[in-house]
Amino acid sequence: MVAQDAHAHAGPQGFIRKYVFSLDHKVIGLQYFFLALAAVFVGMFLSLLMRIHLIWPTAVLPLVGAIKPETYLSLLTMHGTIMVFFVLTTAPQGGFGNYFLPIQIGAADMAFPVLNMLSFWVTFLAFLVLLGAFFVQGGAPLHGWTGYPPLSALQSAGTGQGLGADLWVVSIALFCVGALMSALNFITTTLDMRAKGMSMMRMPLTCWAWFITAILGLLAFGVLFSAGILLLLDRNAGTSFFVPLVVVNGQVAAHKGGSPLLWQHLFWFFGHPEVYILILPAMGIVSEVLPTFARKPLFGYTVIVYSGVLIGFMGWGVWSHHMFAVGLGPIADSAFAATTMLIAIPTGVKIFNWIATLWGGDIRGTTALFFAVGFIAMFIIGGLSGVSHASPPADLQQTDTYYVVAHFHYVLFGGSVLGLFAGIYYWWPKMTGRLLNEPLGKWHFWLQLVGMNLAFFPMHLIGLLGMPRRVYTYAPELGVGALNLVSTIGAFLIAVSILVFLFNVWRSARHGQIAPNDPWGGATLEWSIPSPPPAYNFSVIPTVTSRMPRWQTEHHQPMQDPPAGPPAPIHVPGGSRWPLVAACGLPVMALSVLTHTLWVVFLGAAILLFAIYRWAFEPLEG
Amino acid sequence: MTHAAPSPAMAHPTSMGIDNRKMAFWAFIGSECLLFGSLISTYLVYKGKSVVGPYPHDILNIPLTSGSTFDLLMSSLMMVLALAAVQRGNMKWGKIWLFSTALLGLVFLGAQVMEFTEFVHKGLTISTNLFGCTFFVLTGTHGAHVAVGVLWLLTLWVRALQGKLGSANATTVEITGLYWHFVDVVWIVIFTVVYLIQ
Repeated sequence: MVAQDAHAHAGPQGFIRKYVFSLDHKVIGLQYFFLALAAVFVGMFLSLLMRIHLIWPTAVLPLVGAIKPETYLSLLTMHGTIMVFFVLTTAPQGGFGNYFLPIQIGAADMAFPVLNMLSFWVTFLAFLVLLGAFFVQGGAPLHGWTGYPPLSALQSAGTGQGLGADLWVVSIALFCVGALMSALNFITTTLDMRAKGMSMMRMPLTCWAWFITAILGLLAFGVLFSAGILLLLDRNAGTSFFVPLVVVNGQVAAHKGGSPLLWQHLFWFFGHPEVYILILPAMGIVSEVLPTFARKPLFGYTVIVYSGVLIGFMGWGVWSHHMFAVGLGPIADSAFAATTMLIAIPTGVKIFNWIATLWGGDIRGTTALFFAVGFIAMFIIGGLSGVSHASPPADLQQTDTYYVVAHFHYVLFGGSVLGLFAGIYYWWPKMTGRLLNEPLGKWHFWLQLVGMNLAFFPMHLIGLLGMPRRVYTYAPELGVGALNLVSTIGAFLIAVSILVFLFNVWRSARHGQIAPNDPWGGATLEWSIPSPPPAYNFSVIPTVTSRMPRWQTEHHQPMQDPPAGPPAPIHVPGGSRWPLVAACGLPVMALSVLTHTLWVVFLGAAILLFAIYRWAFEPLEG
Repeated sequence: MTHAAPSPAMAHPTSMGIDNRKMAFWAFIGSECLLFGSLISTYLVYKGKSVVGPYPHDILNIPLTSGSTFDLLMSSLMMVLALAAVQRGNMKWGKIWLFSTALLGLVFLGAQVMEFTEFVHKGLTISTNLFGCTFFVLTGTHGAHVAVGVLWLLTLWVRALQGKLGSANATTVEITGLYWHFVDVVWIVIFTVVYLIQ
C-alpha cells in the first residue's frame, strides 16, 4: 500500500472529507449501503412490533406502549415504505451498483461523481423526512406503502393523515429525484465508460442488471414523481385528482369528481417496474456468484441477458394485474392476465440457466453460494404464487389477503434479500479487505432460511383461510391463531439470524482473516485489483479480450493483473460539499407546501441554484 | 437536432463516442417524457368530466395562445442559430441569439402569466373543477420548465458576456438546446391536446 501511495494521489484524507464529502464511487456506494442498513433496522423493528401485536394484542411494549389499531396501520405503512424504497431499491443498486459497476467495466469512477454524491444526499434527506413522520402531530400515515386515495388524499381521513402523510409524499417525491439522478449516472457510465474491449456482451451480468434497472428507474420514477405531486396538491391545494364523492366522519369531503383509480394506474405503472428494480440486481448477483463457485462459465449468458432485457420491457405491460379487484372489465383483465403469464417465461428461463450452471460444476459450498441457491429455491416459490395471481378469478380470492403478503415476501425477502446477502458474502472481502467467517455465515444462512419459511409460508394458508392483510386483529374462530404464532416465531428467527450476521461483521472487523486480491478465483475485473481497491481502482486501465477475463478458456489466456502501482500519478478528485447544500434546497422547497408559504419555495430554489452554480463553475477542490 | 463535431472540452473518448453529458441528457429527456406523459394522460382522462364551469371552450383564449406558441417556436429557431454561431466561434452573434432565445422564452412566460390571471378573474382556479386541476398543473409544469430554461440561457449569456463561453463549450450550448427544443415539442403536444382539440 505504501509503495502505491508514493506513486499516486492518495485521495481525500480525514473522516469527514473521506466519508462525507467524497466523490469516490466506492465511498458513495458504502454510504448508500449504510443508509440501507440503518433503514433495515427501523423496518425490521416495525415488523417485529406488528408480529408481537398479532400474538399478544394487549401487550404494553417499551418505547411504543400499547399498539392501537391506527398505530398498527402506521407501522405497516412505514415498514413497507422503508423496506421497498430505502432498503431494496437502495442497497443493491445504490450500494453494490455504485461500488462495483465502474470496477467491473474497468472504469476509474462513475460518469458524474458530483451528481452521484447529490443523488445520495437527496435519498438520505428523503429518509430523514420519512422518519420525521413518526414525530409530528398525529404520527405516521395509515395509507400503506401504496398510498391509495381517498385515504391518502384527505387530511381529515384519520390520525396520521395530516402532517405525517404530507411528509410521506414529500419523502417519496424526493426519493424519486434521487433515484432519477442515480439512473442517469448508471446509464451513462454503462454505455460510455467501459474499458477497451469491454463490449456490452462481455459485461458481467451484474452490470447488465444495474443497467436495465437504471432504465426502469429512469422511466418509472418520473411517473411516481408526477403522481406524488398530484397527491400533494390534492392534500394541500384543493384539487381533486384522486378524490371522489366521499363521506368522512359524516361530512361530505370537498371534491370535484376525481377518481382514486387514476392513482392506482399511475402508482402501479411505476409500481410494477419497481418490482423488477428490486429483483433484477439480485438476479445479476446470483448470475455472478454461481459460475464462480461452480467453476464453470454461466450457462447461456446471452439468453440471460436477453431475458433480463425482455423482463425490463414486458414489466411495463402488466401493471393492472395489481388492480383486478377494481373491475376493469373482462377484456382488460384477460389482456393483463396474458401479459403477466408471459412474463413468467423469461424468469423461468433464467432459473433453468442457473440450475444448468450448477449442473456438473466443481461446486464449492461457500456461504455466498448457499445464499445464491437459497435465492433460486425461494424465488421459485414466490414466482409460483405470483403466477397464481395472474389469473383474475383466483386473484379475486387472494386480493388484500395474507396470501398476497406471503407472495411478495417470498420474492422480496426470499429473492432480493437472499440475493443481497449472496452479494455481501461474495464481495465483503473485496470491499473491506477481510474475510467473513464461513461457519458463522452458514449459521446465518440456515437460521434465515428456516426463519423466513416459518414467517412467510403460513401466510399463504392464513390468507386462503380468509384473514385480510393490513388488519390489526383477527377473530379466534377463524382458526389462524396457531399459524400466526408460527409466523411470529419465524420473524424473530430472522432477527436472530441478522444478529449472527452482525456478530460476523464485528468479528471480521476485529479478527477477520486478511483477504487476498482474489479469494474466490473469480472471473471478473474486480478480482484483479487489491482488496480493498485503491482510490483510483486500476493502476492501468485493463484491456478486455473476453467475457471472463481472468479465466482461461478454449480461446484465450487469462488476463494479467494490473501492476501493483500506477506508472504515473493518477489524479483522484477530492470532495465537494455543494451536492449536500444543493440537496438541502429540495426539502426546503417541499416544506413550503406544508407551511403554505410561497417565499419558502424561493428560498429552497435559491439554495439549490446557488449550490448548482458553485458546483458548475468552480474547480473541484483537491 | 444538430450534429456537432466532438468538443475539444471532452476529456477522453467514450465507449459510444458520445459526450457523457449529452448521453445523460438524452436519458433525462426520456424520463421527462414519462413525467409529462402522466400529466397529459391525466388531462385526457378527465377531459369533459368537469361537473361545474367554467369549461375549456368558455375560457380558452386561442388567439393569445397561438401567438405565444409561435413565439416559442421562433425561440427554438433562435436556439439553433445560437448553437451554430457558438460552433463557428462567432460569439458576437452567439450572444445575440442566446439572449433572443431567452427573451422569447420570457415573452412566452409573460403570456402564460396573463392567461392564468385572466382565468382566475373569470373564476377558474386550480380547485374550481377537474379542468382547472388538470389545466393548471399541466401548463404550470410546462411553464416551470420554460422558466428553468430561461434561467439556464441567461446564465450562458452572462458567461458569454464575461468571455467564459466560447466554441470550446459548444457541447454545453448544444445540451441547452436539447432541453429547449424538448420543452418546445412538449408545448406543441399540450397546445394540440388542450387548446386545439375540442
